[in-house]
Amino acid sequence: MNPWLVYALSGVALFSVGLVGLFSHQHVVKRILASNITGSGVLLVLVALARRVPSGPPDPVPHALVLTGIVVSVSSTALGVALARRMARLQAEATHSPEHEPRSDGEGP
Amino acid sequence: MTSVAALMAWPVILPLLGAVLALLVGRPGVRLVAGVASVATLMASSRLAWEVAHQGVLRQSIGGWGAPLGIEWRADGLAALMLLTIALVGPLISVHALDHLGDREDREFLPLWLFVWCALNALVLSDDAFNLYVTLELTTLAAVALIAVRRDLPGLDAGLRYLLFALPGSLCYLLGIALLYGAHATLDVGTLAQRVQPGPVTWVAAGLVTVGLCLKTPLFPLHVWLPPTYTGAPTPVTALLSALISKGSFYVLLRLWLEVFAPVLDARVGQLLGVLGAVAVLWGSFLALSQTQLKRVVAYSSVAQIGYLFLVFPMATSGARAGAIYLVVSHAAAKASMFVAVGNIHQAVGITALGGVQGLAYRMPFTFLAMALGGISLIGIPPSGGFIAKWLLLNESIGTRQWWWALVLLAGSLLAAAYVFRILRGSFLPLPAEVKVRSIPLRNELAPLALALIALVLGLVPWFPLELLAIGASR
Repeated sequence: MNPWLVYALSGVALFSVGLVGLFSHQHVVKRILASNITGSGVLLVLVALARRVPSGPPDPVPHALVLTGIVVSVSSTALGVALARRMARLQAEATHSPEHEPRSDGEGP
Repeated sequence: MTSVAALMAWPVILPLLGAVLALLVGRPGVRLVAGVASVATLMASSRLAWEVAHQGVLRQSIGGWGAPLGIEWRADGLAALMLLTIALVGPLISVHALDHLGDREDREFLPLWLFVWCALNALVLSDDAFNLYVTLELTTLAAVALIAVRRDLPGLDAGLRYLLFALPGSLCYLLGIALLYGAHATLDVGTLAQRVQPGPVTWVAAGLVTVGLCLKTPLFPLHVWLPPTYTGAPTPVTALLSALISKGSFYVLLRLWLEVFAPVLDARVGQLLGVLGAVAVLWGSFLALSQTQLKRVVAYSSVAQIGYLFLVFPMATSGARAGAIYLVVSHAAAKASMFVAVGNIHQAVGITALGGVQGLAYRMPFTFLAMALGGISLIGIPPSGGFIAKWLLLNESIGTRQWWWALVLLAGSLLAAAYVFRILRGSFLPLPAEVKVRSIPLRNELAPLALALIALVLGLVPWFPLELLAIGASR
């Protein structure tokens, strides 16, 4: 078996594990982590594809794609974690002061 | 030629500049900056559409790097029509958002909406499979921030829910694109269309791309995130999501499917997408009919209307393509007008239940006129964009001897009529004496009316959009 195929198949395995995690967990942080694993799987497949022609230098295009993919995944993780933190704080405020109405600036839904 | 093709940059640069400037100037100038950026982007989009209508398809290599290595952008009739739709519908929704959201949100809503606009325009123009992934992600991230703009629990919950369904969708798409690149060593959509061959890699890639984009759009049965997200987001944001943002992923699917995958896939796969679309039409309409909250009625109606779009895949003719695109455009206008009208009703009486509309037609005539006109387009009664779209799809279902889709179209229209009339009927009952109706600004009443009139005009003069969307339909 070619070494690149091993990496590509590991990438597919990571992707699948991540997807299962994303849809089987309720906890927001676990789901964000699962989406990270899914993303790493895809990026690993891309890295492996760069080596699919055994002779000569590796194909640079997938590497460029992986770099872009990492930037996208960092941004989406940061956004997800920021939202989750904010939500946890609001929920904590709501449970600590039960007689206090949950804060709402607008007019609801 | 090069100078004309360079016009493609402006619909992306102008909203981006506007967004950054609006963030920098803060409260005093944010409306002015956003207004100037919106008008400028509308003009740039119109100019590009004008050139496409007269000169045909335009192409541009970003940074002067051509297709095999660099990124190509391509403006065909469909792209031009989408640019125009976004440039007309989006700003009308954001006019409504000015008074609907609070003061702080105003400062954040406008730059975020300009980011979404920039990302959607780039998505529409891109002709590179990986660049499409990046624009899809940009749209998602800006949209998530928009959903949570109010920073309250329902908004944050809706934003996270959307993010955690959109992310796996994009990643499925990306894995599919990675497989296509591995097999054909290109990311350019035009070159992919030439090189792609039937075989297991293509089938798996097509499956991943399709599932990913169906999750984002969303198609039944992947729509579970839609009702809670649409109800939790502030109403103007819901209008943007339903009218424009969900159309972004459908646009990518439509182009990749018709231009790349359709010739190398079994016709039964198209039939499967059609069946899921048909179930979405019936199930979504049925659920819309059984809701008691006004906003949920309109949200479930989106599940159904997205279902119609997928009827293009089993027919896969140029007429069906025109029908689906026409529905994308007219649904954008009609559904935006309905969501904005719902926002007005909520602002005026503070009630979200369906029964809350009782008697309001007398006090908010423009809002309910907009609701009625938008509803006419959703049902598909002439003259409306929805009618033209359904007529085209109906013709193709008979023409391709797939009469069962015609039944779905007719049943969907009947169910849509039922849920639209359910809203309108209540509004003409006498106004209960104890209900206090707050007056809302005139421009908030006129915004949904203008949106509904776009849907109406699409039914009265269909020639221009139909001729435009045919430009560059086949490569």
